[in-house]
Amino acid sequence: MARTTSKTVRAKLNGIEVVVPEGTTILEAAEKVHLKIPTLCKHPDLPPTAACGICIVRVKGTNQMPRACCTPLEEGMEIQTHDPEIVEIRRKVLELILSKHPNECLTCGRNGTCELQSLASDFGIRQQSLPSIVPDLPKDESTRTIVLEPRKCIACGRCLTVCQELQNVWALSFLERGIDTRMAPAGDILLADSPCISCGQCSAHCPTGAIFEYDETEKAWELLRDPDLHCVVQIAPAVRVAIGEAFGYPPGTNLTGKLYAALRYMGFDTVFDTNFGADVTIMEEGTEFVKRFQDNQGELPLITSCCPAWVDFMEKYHSDMIEHFSSTKSPHEIVGVLTKTYYCDRKGLDPSKVRVVSIMPCTAKKYEIQRSDDMFASGYQDVDLSLTTRELARMIKQAGIDFASLPEGECDPMLGLYTGAGTIFGTSGGVLEAAIRTAHKLLTGEEFDSLEFQPARGLEGVKEGRLTILGREVRVAVAHGMGHVEDVLDRVRAAKENGDEPAYHMIEVMACPGGCIGGGGQPYGITDALRLQRAKGLYTDDREREFRRSHENPYVQGLYSTFLGKPLSEKAHRLLHNSYKPKPTYRR
Amino acid sequence: MAEKDLSADVALAVRKWQKKRGALIMVLHEIQGRLGYVPREIALELSKQMNVPLARIYEVLTFYNFFELEPPAKYVISGCMGTACYLKGTPQIMQEFSRLLGIEVGQTTPDGRFSLTTVRCVGCCGQAPVVLINGEVHSKVSPQDVPHLLAQCKD
Amino acid sequence: MTKLQKEDLEGILQRRRESRRDWIAVGMGSCGLAAGADAVFTALTEGARERGLEIDIRKTGCLGACHAEPLVEVCVDGVPKTLYGHVSAEWVDLILDSHVLLKRVVTRLAVPEIAERLTSCNDRDEPDPGRQYKIVTRNCGAIDPESLEEYIASGGYQALRRCLSDLSPDEVIQEVETSGLRGRGGAGFPTGLKWRLTREAEGAEKFVVCNGDEGDPGAYMDRSVLEGDPFSVIEGMTIAAYAIGASEGFLYIRAEYPLAVARIEAAIRSAKLAGLLGRNILGSDFSLNLEVRLGAGAFVCGEETALIASIEGKRGTPRPRPPYPSVSGLWGGPTCINNVETLANLPPILAKGADWFRSIGTEKSPGTKVFALTGKVRRPGLVEIPMGTPLRTVVEEIGGGPLPGRRIKAVQTGGPSGGVIPAHLLDTPVTYEDLAELGSMMGSGGMIVMDDQDSIVDITRFYLGFCVEESCGKCAPCRIGGRQMLTILERLSEGRGTPEDLEQLRQISKTMKAASLCGLGKSAPNPVLSTLRYFPEEYERAISGAHTKA
Ligand SMILES: Cc1cc2nc3c(=O)[nH]c(=O)nc-3n(C[C@H](O)[C@H](O)[C@H](O)COP(=O)(O)O)c2cc1C
Ligand code: SF4
Ligand code: SF4
Ligand code: SF4
Ligand code: SF4
Ligand code: SF4
Ligand code: SF4
Ligand code: SF4
Ligand code: FES
Ligand code: FES
Ligand code: FES
Repeated sequence: MARTTSKTVRAKLNGIEVVVPEGTTILEAAEKVHLKIPTLCKHPDLPPTAACGICIVRVKGTNQMPRACCTPLEEGMEIQTHDPEIVEIRRKVLELILSKHPNECLTCGRNGTCELQSLASDFGIRQQSLPSIVPDLPKDESTRTIVLEPRKCIACGRCLTVCQELQNVWALSFLERGIDTRMAPAGDILLADSPCISCGQCSAHCPTGAIFEYDETEKAWELLRDPDLHCVVQIAPAVRVAIGEAFGYPPGTNLTGKLYAALRYMGFDTVFDTNFGADVTIMEEGTEFVKRFQDNQGELPLITSCCPAWVDFMEKYHSDMIEHFSSTKSPHEIVGVLTKTYYCDRKGLDPSKVRVVSIMPCTAKKYEIQRSDDMFASGYQDVDLSLTTRELARMIKQAGIDFASLPEGECDPMLGLYTGAGTIFGTSGGVLEAAIRTAHKLLTGEEFDSLEFQPARGLEGVKEGRLTILGREVRVAVAHGMGHVEDVLDRVRAAKENGDEPAYHMIEVMACPGGCIGGGGQPYGITDALRLQRAKGLYTDDREREFRRSHENPYVQGLYSTFLGKPLSEKAHRLLHNSYKPKPTYRR
Repeated sequence: MAEKDLSADVALAVRKWQKKRGALIMVLHEIQGRLGYVPREIALELSKQMNVPLARIYEVLTFYNFFELEPPAKYVISGCMGTACYLKGTPQIMQEFSRLLGIEVGQTTPDGRFSLTTVRCVGCCGQAPVVLINGEVHSKVSPQDVPHLLAQCKD
Repeated sequence: MTKLQKEDLEGILQRRRESRRDWIAVGMGSCGLAAGADAVFTALTEGARERGLEIDIRKTGCLGACHAEPLVEVCVDGVPKTLYGHVSAEWVDLILDSHVLLKRVVTRLAVPEIAERLTSCNDRDEPDPGRQYKIVTRNCGAIDPESLEEYIASGGYQALRRCLSDLSPDEVIQEVETSGLRGRGGAGFPTGLKWRLTREAEGAEKFVVCNGDEGDPGAYMDRSVLEGDPFSVIEGMTIAAYAIGASEGFLYIRAEYPLAVARIEAAIRSAKLAGLLGRNILGSDFSLNLEVRLGAGAFVCGEETALIASIEGKRGTPRPRPPYPSVSGLWGGPTCINNVETLANLPPILAKGADWFRSIGTEKSPGTKVFALTGKVRRPGLVEIPMGTPLRTVVEEIGGGPLPGRRIKAVQTGGPSGGVIPAHLLDTPVTYEDLAELGSMMGSGGMIVMDDQDSIVDITRFYLGFCVEESCGKCAPCRIGGRQMLTILERLSEGRGTPEDLEQLRQISKTMKAASLCGLGKSAPNPVLSTLRYFPEEYERAISGAHTKA
C-alpha cells in the first residue's frame, strides 16, 4: 500500500474511533484498537494476495464487504469487524476451504503450528457439511530440503509471492486455473530440476503443511543410537535466539547455554559451536579481502559466500560473479572439516566413526553438505546431517527434556568458544561487520576502534556504507532477500563495463530477509518485529562476549599456530576453501 | 525438430515483439499459430530469449484455455457450448460425434486424426448451434449433419 | 491516403455523397460467413463481371438479422432498396438478372419485414416506439468496414474533429458527463466520471483500453461492432485518449474473434496512414498509438484488473480494488478501460451533442442498448433498442415471439452473472435499475429466451458450470464454492436432490456474493438465486425425484 502522504484518516471500527495514516488497511487499523480480524492468506511480510476471503468486514449501513487485509481505511468509514452474519460467512469460507483439504493433521508436518488448523479450531468447525474434493497430487521430496505437498495447498499464494517477488527465484508457480489451480515448480517439473535454491522461505511463509522442511530427525536419532559412533553437534548463530519461541520464551532470548545442555542430554558426545567456524571464516575471508584490496590479487568487490542458497542462486543466475566470490567455506562446513581432521587428530578419534550434525536456521544447509566434492575435504563427508531449528525443537521435545528448567551447559571450547564477531554472523550485515573488525587489524595492524558498524545493521533490503582504511575509501554493501541482490550486482557490472572504480569493495549477501535469523528453518510466524528481536539477541550476545573480534579468539589462534599455519595457507586452502561453477537454471 | 530451427522460430516471434511491453502472450499466440502448440523446448528457449522465467511462461500457458502443450489432432472438432448453442442442442451433436468417433469430448482418436473439444461461444450465436472444424464455423448443425461433416475430413 | 487535415473530412463527405453508384452489400460478419456469405459474394462479383455490370459489390458487417443469413442488400437506381435473406450462391444469377438488369424485385427472396425493422435506424433522430433505434450499430451492415472513406462519408470522424478543434479535454469530459452515458460492459458506471478520475489521477503515462473480451456466452454485440464498424471504436478510443491525456492504448480482443481482430488491425493501419492515429492527429498536437492484444480463452479477463494483468503478459487473475485502474492500471499508470459498445457511442454523442443523446432512453439510463437476442425465438439477431423498452417488445415484436407451438418461459439477461426473468415479468423496461431489481442485470447484452421445453434447473447448472470453468481460482469462495454448488446442481438436475441441498445452495451463494474477490465470483450465484426465487417449483420437482431432464 502506497503511503506517500502524511495525511491521516479518521474512522470507526466497531464504534471505536481510530486515527491512522492514510493508506493504512482496515486490518492494520483494527490491530491498533485491539481487534483481531482473522486472516489466512495475508502475511505481514508480503503484499496482500486477497485470496482467502476470511478477512471480510462490513461497511456499516451498506452491503459492502471489503477485505480488511487489502482495503485502505477511508475517511469517515464505519466498519463492523464482527457480527453474526460476518462470522457465518467466514465460517462458510473456512468450510469450503476445508472441503478441499485432507483431514490429515495427525500426520502433518504442520500439526500444531498450522494456521488453517488453528482457524478451524477457533471457529469451532465440528462437521464436514460438504463432500470432500481433495485432488490427488503427488508429494515432491526431490530436493531433500523442501517437501511440497500440493494436496494440502490452499492456494493462498504466499509461497509464490515469496519465491517470485521476495526471492526472485521463480521456482514456484500456480498452474491451471479455477478449482484445478495448483502450486507446482516451474512448468510442472520436480523441485530439484527447478531453479529452487532451497532457501526455505516458502516453507516459512506457508500457512499450512503444503510446504515444509525435509525432516531428518529420525536420521539424527539413528546416529545417536549407534554405540560405535562419536556424535558431534554444532549450533548456528541464529538458532540460539530463535529456538526459545518453540518453548514459550520471548523472541530473541539467547539460549546458548540451555542448548548446549540439551544437546548433551540428547546424547551428543561433543558439542561445538558454529560461531567458532564463523570466526575462522572471517580469518580466511578477511585475508582474502586484504589480498584483493591491498595486493590487487583478485577481483573487487569480494562477495561473501557463506549462504548456500545465495551460492546456488549465483551459480544459476549470476555466474559471471564467480570470480568475485570468496572461496571460503561457510562456518558449519569449516567446523565439520576441522572436526574430522584437527579435532580427531588431537583426540585420537577415527574420523570414519565420527558424525557431525549441524543445527541450522536453514533448509539450504541440507543441500550444502553435499553440494560438491569440496564438502568431503576431510576424506569423509564433512557435515553428515543438517537439521533446522524447527527439527531440533521437536527432537528436544521427543527426548523428553524439560527445556525451561534445564540448567545451562558448556560447549567443548576447542571448536566451540566464539567471539562476538562470530555470533553476529546470524543477522544480515553481521558477516560484513565481523570482516571489517578483522580486516582493519590485518590491514593497519590496529583495531577498528568503533567495533560496531551501524550502516550494516537493520532491515533495509540493501544497506550501503563507507569507511576509511589507510586513507582509502572502502565501499561496502549488504543485501538480504534474493530479490534485492540484482540491483547491487548491476551496479558492480556497470562499473566494470565502464572501467570505473569498483562500485563496492565488499558485499555481503544473505538469501533470507534479515539474514539467518529469518532463515527458512526457523520457528514459524516471522515478521519484521520478530527479525529485529532475534537480531537484538545476537547483538547483545556480541556486546557481552569477552572477545569481539575473530582474530582475538584464543582457540582460533591455537588452531592456526598448531594446525593450519596461517590464513590462506596451503592446508587452509585444501580444507577451508571451495570453488564454484555455473549451473543450468533449469534441469528440464 | 532441429535445435536451430527452434531458436529461429522463437527468435522471429520474439524479434517482432521485442520492443513491446507485456508481449509474452502475443509471442505465445505467434508460436502456437505456427506450430499448433507450445512445446517444452520452445518454452525454455523463450524463457532465455525473452528473459522471462519459465514459471511465468507455464503459469500463462496453463491459465489460458487457448494454449496447448501437446500437438493437436489433425482435425480438431469443437462444439460451441455457449448458451445459445447449448440450448439449441450442442450436447446432442457432440454425443453423435462421440458415438461415431468412439471418443469422449476432451479426447483424441488413437490415430491422432480427430479430437473432440468444446468452445465457449464464437459469437455466431445467431447461427446456433455451431461446430468448428479446425477453426472453420459450421452453422445450424444438427446431429443428422454429423456423418456428412466427418466425411469432409478426408485424408 | 495522405495524412488528413481537419478540413479534408468535409471534402470526403461531399465527394462520396455525390459519387454514390448502385451497390450490392453482402453481410459478411462471422455469422454471415458461417452461413455461406463468402460463396455468395464470390458468385456476385463473378456474375457482375460476366454481365459487365457497373456496380459496387461491398462486404459489410453484421446486419443483425442472424436468422436470415446470408443477407444481401441491393440498391439500384429506379428500384426500391431491397434486402434479400437466406441467399445462397444459386440465387445470385436471379438477383443480378432480375433486380439489377430488369429492375424487378425478386419477391420470393426479399425479406421486407426484416428490412423494415432494420431501416428504422439512424435515418431519423427519434426512435419509434416498439422499434429498434441504431446508434451503436448505425454503420453495421451499412458500410464497408474496411473502408475508411465510407466511414468518413457516413459522418465518421466529425466528432473527433470537433473535439480536437473546438473542445478542451475537460470540455469533452463535460459533454460525456452531461450525456449521462453509462458503461455498456456490464456495471453501468458513468463513463464521464471514469474519464474524469483518470484525467485527474497522477501518472506520467496514461492508457486507454478497449475491452473487447466479450466472454459472455451467447453474446456477440461487441464482435458485430468490431467487425462491422471498427473505425467507430477507434474514433471513440481516440476521443477518450484525448480527454484523459493518454498517448497509448490497447484493444484487448478475444482470440475467438479472428475476423474482428483482422478488421480492427486493418482499420488501425488505415487510420494511421490517414493521420487519424499516430503523431499529430488531424494536424493537432495530439498523438495516439493503438495496439491490439489478444485474449486467450479466459472469460475472467473481461474483468478490468484481470484484463490489465493479461495485457501485461501474466495470468489473468483479478486483484483487489482499490486502487482502481483509473488510478493505477497498466504498468501502474492511470488507465481508462471502456467497453466496445461504450466507445462506439462516443462519436455520435460528440457529433450530435449530449442533449440529443439524453433525449433517447430513460432519465437514468440514456441512449440505447444492443442485445444479442438468441435462444427460443423466431428471429434471433442483434437488436439495438432505446433504454426503457420493455423486454416484451424485444422478445415478441422484434424477436417474433416463441417458436411455433411453444410458450416462452423466461428470459435470461446478463449472461452467467445475470438472472433469469420469468415470462410474467416481461413488461419490465430494460434499464440498469429495473433489471437489477429483479435480481438480474443489464450485463453486456446477452438475452437468451427459454421456452417450456427448457429445464430451469438444467440451465442454472449450465450457467454455474460456465462460472466454475472460468473461475480464475484465485480466491477460495469462488474457486471452491462454485465447484461445490455445481455438484449440488448436477445432483438436482438429475432429480437426485435433497431438501438440504437448497439451504446449502443459499448459504454458499451468500458466501460467494460476500467474499469473492471479483465480479465473477460475486455474481456467479445470481442465476441460482434468481431461479430459486422465481421457479421454486422446478427445484421442488428436482428434489422429489419427479424431475426429468427436459
Ligand atoms: C467476470 C467479468 C467479466 C467481464 N467481462 C467483460 C467483457 O467481456 N467486456 C466488457 O466490456 N466488460 C466486461 N466486464 C466489465 C469490466 O470489468 C469493466 O467494468 C468494463 O469493461 C468497463 O467498461 P465500461 O465502463 O465501458 O462498461 C466484466 C466484468 C467481470 C467481473
Ligand atoms: S495442513 Fe494444517 S489443517 Fe491441513 S492436515 Fe496439516 S495440520 Fe491439518
Ligand atoms: S484433535 Fe481430535 S482427531 Fe485430532 S488427535 Fe485429538 S481427538 Fe484425535
Ligand atoms: S526454497 Fe526458496 S527458492 Fe526454493 S521454492 Fe522455496 S522460496 Fe523458492
Ligand atoms: S503452498 Fe502454502 S503458501 Fe503456497 S499457496 Fe499453497 S498454502 Fe499457500
Ligand atoms: S540466509 Fe542463512 S538461513 Fe537463509 S539460506 Fe542463507 S544461510 Fe540459510
Ligand atoms: S450475430 Fe447474427 S447476424 Fe451477427 S454474425 Fe451472428 S448470426 Fe450473423
Ligand atoms: S471471484 Fe473467482 S474469478 Fe474472481 S478472483 Fe475470485 S476466483 Fe478469480
Ligand atoms: S486475509 Fe484477506 S483475503 Fe485472505
Ligand atoms: S453460444 Fe455458440 S456461438 Fe455463441
Ligand atoms: S453478419 Fe450477417 S447479420 Fe450479422
